[in-house]
Amino acid sequence: MSTNRFYMAIGGLAVLAYLATAFVDNQYYFFAGFAILQLMVMALAWNILGGYAGYVNFGSAAFFGLGAYAAIVALQLFGATLFTQILIGGCFAGLVGLATGYLTLRLRGVYFAIATLALLVVAETLIVNWDYVGGAAGAYVLPKRNPSILGIIIVGKNDALFGNYKELLFFLMCVIALITIAVCRYVEKSKFGRGLEALRDNEEAAESMGVPTLKLKLIATTLSASVMGFTGGIFPYYMTFVDPISAFNLDISVNALAMPLIGGTATWLGPVLGAIVLGTLQQVITVTISSSVNLLIVGLFLVAFVIFAPDGFLGLIKKFKKRRD
Amino acid sequence: MTGGLTPVRQIFSGIAALFSFELLINALVIGLLLGGFYAALSIGLSISFGLLDIVNIAHPAFIILGAFVCFIFNSLYGFDPILIGLCFAPVFFFLGTLIYRVYYGSFEKTGAEALRGLAFFFGVMFIIEVILIMYFGVDFQMVQAEYIDYKPSLGFVDLPFRMFVPFVIAMIMTLGLQYFSSHTFFGRAMQAVAQDSLALRLMAIDPARIKRIAFGISLATCSIAGALVVIVIPIEPSVGRLYIGQVFAIVVLGGLGSQSGTLIAAMLLGLTESLITTFFGPSWSPAVAFGALILVLAFKPTGILGRQGDTRG
Repeated sequence: MSTNRFYMAIGGLAVLAYLATAFVDNQYYFFAGFAILQLMVMALAWNILGGYAGYVNFGSAAFFGLGAYAAIVALQLFGATLFTQILIGGCFAGLVGLATGYLTLRLRGVYFAIATLALLVVAETLIVNWDYVGGAAGAYVLPKRNPSILGIIIVGKNDALFGNYKELLFFLMCVIALITIAVCRYVEKSKFGRGLEALRDNEEAAESMGVPTLKLKLIATTLSASVMGFTGGIFPYYMTFVDPISAFNLDISVNALAMPLIGGTATWLGPVLGAIVLGTLQQVITVTISSSVNLLIVGLFLVAFVIFAPDGFLGLIKKFKKRRD
Repeated sequence: MTGGLTPVRQIFSGIAALFSFELLINALVIGLLLGGFYAALSIGLSISFGLLDIVNIAHPAFIILGAFVCFIFNSLYGFDPILIGLCFAPVFFFLGTLIYRVYYGSFEKTGAEALRGLAFFFGVMFIIEVILIMYFGVDFQMVQAEYIDYKPSLGFVDLPFRMFVPFVIAMIMTLGLQYFSSHTFFGRAMQAVAQDSLALRLMAIDPARIKRIAFGISLATCSIAGALVVIVIPIEPSVGRLYIGQVFAIVVLGGLGSQSGTLIAAMLLGLTESLITTFFGPSWSPAVAFGALILVLAFKPTGILGRQGDTRG
């Protein structure tokens, strides 16, 4: 697909998402859609570091939770709006990502993975002991009534852009997802992405060929962490209540890691596919059986795919095509 | 005027000092006991992660699996938890050799252990956890044994047997494994795999077989460690997540693969955590292990007793 057509498709999907909020009445679709899109963004964020650079991040939930809590702090400090919250969440998580990278990326990949897990627990403990943001009890976020920009009412019953907050959040999440996809595609095609690929295959060889590996890894960690932070920043508004257990849950980390590995880590299409298939399956299972089973499904899929289909859905599709030719 | 009050003040400050001194001694004793317990949890990982380079992030999950096995047989037949742990060690050993076969065939052979091998164990961890949740729910479970509630006082020091019995077993297990790996043929073979598996292959020894057995041993320790966990605290399926930090921190801190280093690191961590819990409150203790881990990784990645030829630096 050429670049122009790609961006037109992205724009078209955004318009389609907006039209959906205007014409679809059943609110469940927005709820489920938000969850799937959230998974998709997390998967894409994980894939920037895990898929392109080959560094496994077990602590995605740390960046997500820090994004969420940065948003809460912004709200407490100066009553930030939703958009500012998302921005602040992303920027703060990005900064923490940069710092983590500085501390750990000089080590072999395995230690980076363990250090990110450590970061998750340290971050959670700090938040649990910080009463300003609610401590272990959590914090509530009450949506504003009839917010408006430049005189246009954004959420309201009549003459507003969106009928309610679920629709607005769904649309925003969709925009975030589309931007993330565009960023990932850009990364793949750029010199930066090729550098990451080189250091994934052989870090020493890449280094000796003049690839600035540490710098590239730092950029990748910052980018990946800030995208996690953006999804975290929108999370308090979506849930209206956040506590350390839900924001720093290891379940978030396993989802962020499983979707790309199941979909395929080579391109942005893998995480997107993985998130759509597995996310939809999770929603169906949560409604029909129970929410603990959907984690089992993620675990089983993850183990089965890493053993039997190392290149994920994308690899399977490629193989199938080859066999037919 | 103030002269009359001075003795009273002295007595008060004396009591305060005695009180905090007592508190300190008790915290130290609990810290040592806790350290022994941590050593039992991490000794298996020091074999799998330290010597074999298998990043078994599901290690704590296997320990909790062992703990639930103990819980089942203890609540059904009233067997002693430690006895159950010992009896199931061979089962865990066998499970370990099976898992290593899969791991070797799918990841190590193709050199994909860094990314997909890690993800594999992460997935295994969630599978164990969710299956336990589906069978036992998320309630806390305990075992019964006579010594669990026994709590003699030696002077002003309390010695809770709930901690002391696991400490003794942990020490036997840790020191035994240390002796095994430094004094027996197989133990030395394990160390050799860690150092240079190519050289081993040149001497007509199959490194995969050595690693398979060693990984089995590492899982066998999970069965016993599980019995200790369920004696020390009430368990629920996802409690293993709490220990991921401790065990990895200890193994890295101790210098990969060094059993005595692991023991020292476990003691240090137990003492630190106990002191922090006593003087700052329990809500800060989870950060101790992980904070130590991040700092060690950042500044002294070879740990306390690092082995030679460590490639982390």
